Amino acid sequence: MRKSWWKIACVVLLVYTVIGGLLFRVPAREILGETIRNLYFHVAMWTVMFTLFTVSVVYGLKYLRTQNLRDDIYAVNFAKTGIVFGVLGYSTGFMWASYTWTEYATNTQIFKEPKLLGTAIALLIYFAYMVLRGSIPDLDKRAKISAVYSIFAYAMLFPTLYILPRMMESLHPGSQGNPALNPNDSDPRMQMVMLPAFVGWTLLGVWIATLKVRLDLIKEKSILNA
Amino acid sequence: MLEIRQKYTFFGVLLYVASTIFVLYLAMNQPETEVWNGLFWMIQLFICVNAVAKSFLAEGKGRMLYYYTIAGARDFILAKLLFNAMLMAIMSLINWLIFSTLLGNPVIRWLPFLGINLLGGLSLSLVFTFLSAIAARAQQNAALMAIMGFPLIIPQLMLLIRISNIVFSDVIQAGLTGIVLLLAGLDVLVVALALILFPFLWKD
Repeated sequence: MRKSWWKIACVVLLVYTVIGGLLFRVPAREILGETIRNLYFHVAMWTVMFTLFTVSVVYGLKYLRTQNLRDDIYAVNFAKTGIVFGVLGYSTGFMWASYTWTEYATNTQIFKEPKLLGTAIALLIYFAYMVLRGSIPDLDKRAKISAVYSIFAYAMLFPTLYILPRMMESLHPGSQGNPALNPNDSDPRMQMVMLPAFVGWTLLGVWIATLKVRLDLIKEKSILNA
Repeated sequence: MLEIRQKYTFFGVLLYVASTIFVLYLAMNQPETEVWNGLFWMIQLFICVNAVAKSFLAEGKGRMLYYYTIAGARDFILAKLLFNAMLMAIMSLINWLIFSTLLGNPVIRWLPFLGINLLGGLSLSLVFTFLSAIAARAQQNAALMAIMGFPLIIPQLMLLIRISNIVFSDVIQAGLTGIVLLLAGLDVLVVALALILFPFLWKD
């Protein structure tokens, strides 16, 4: 009865990503070497994080319109899962940078790297969101206030994430334009794995989030039905 | 419409500014321009947290109810934003004045720095006014406001520090108007968001 095709697609895509990502031929580049395979994992974390945070904000908006606690549960769980993927992306990016940039950068420079900084800011904002939620005991009030904060923060954050990296010099690829990466740069061999990887990881993120949502919905059943 | 009572808070913040900068003076004497710049904006930030946090956190429940009866949510937040923006403008100027007397004044181009200073004060005050409203509804102290506010304000502060570097030399740098427009755009965004979102916080 439940539409499960996308979960099957998720598993298939991720299996393909891991096998293909580790075994397929990759273009030999200086410095990067075989670490170029990290592209399939590191960059994909960002797409997942952004997707989940966006979904979270959409549910925040929906909550403000409907005042339905279900929407709040959706919003908070998508945000939580987004944080997990944000941390994963941050750590994979940091490790990758510390192996490939060592000749040019020390750890302190990596911390100042604009894109990592942007993620650090995003993560801090969502940690603050969690602290804010923790500090309000009343359910309806908590949902309302945290929805307002997440919309405000999201609207403030994304213009700066979009603009800031374009204004600072950095070692991160794509400094002269698109901050994330330019699909035209990538070798067609890599695109074969990269695009399925993005979709697969995003589906996985959504899957985890919906599982958490369902768990919370069962926990809060008595309140929701009252 | 409202405000301009509680003179003591104003002088309290003033004293806070003066004593902080005095401590800095004792610790640093005459810093280099980059350090001066960084310190200046950090002090701006802390002044803002202290001055603007009062706006909602210091209001008693009874007075909030009174405001609720006489004014709509949009008018109320607009009035608060305007008042805090003016307060912060005055504070920015005073901050600069005390900074230049105690820590030296490396500013060569006065007029641009005046503009940047006022713009920075405006940006800070707008963001923190709205966050103060959120923190007040959460019945929390200023610590929560700092937690929520600092990550949000980092990008703007970085832009401000970057453009205020130009006033320390005679060299004209490109890209200035872009950043200024960007900051002004962010301010407009904050005001718009505050107007849209505040009614949800207001009714209770």
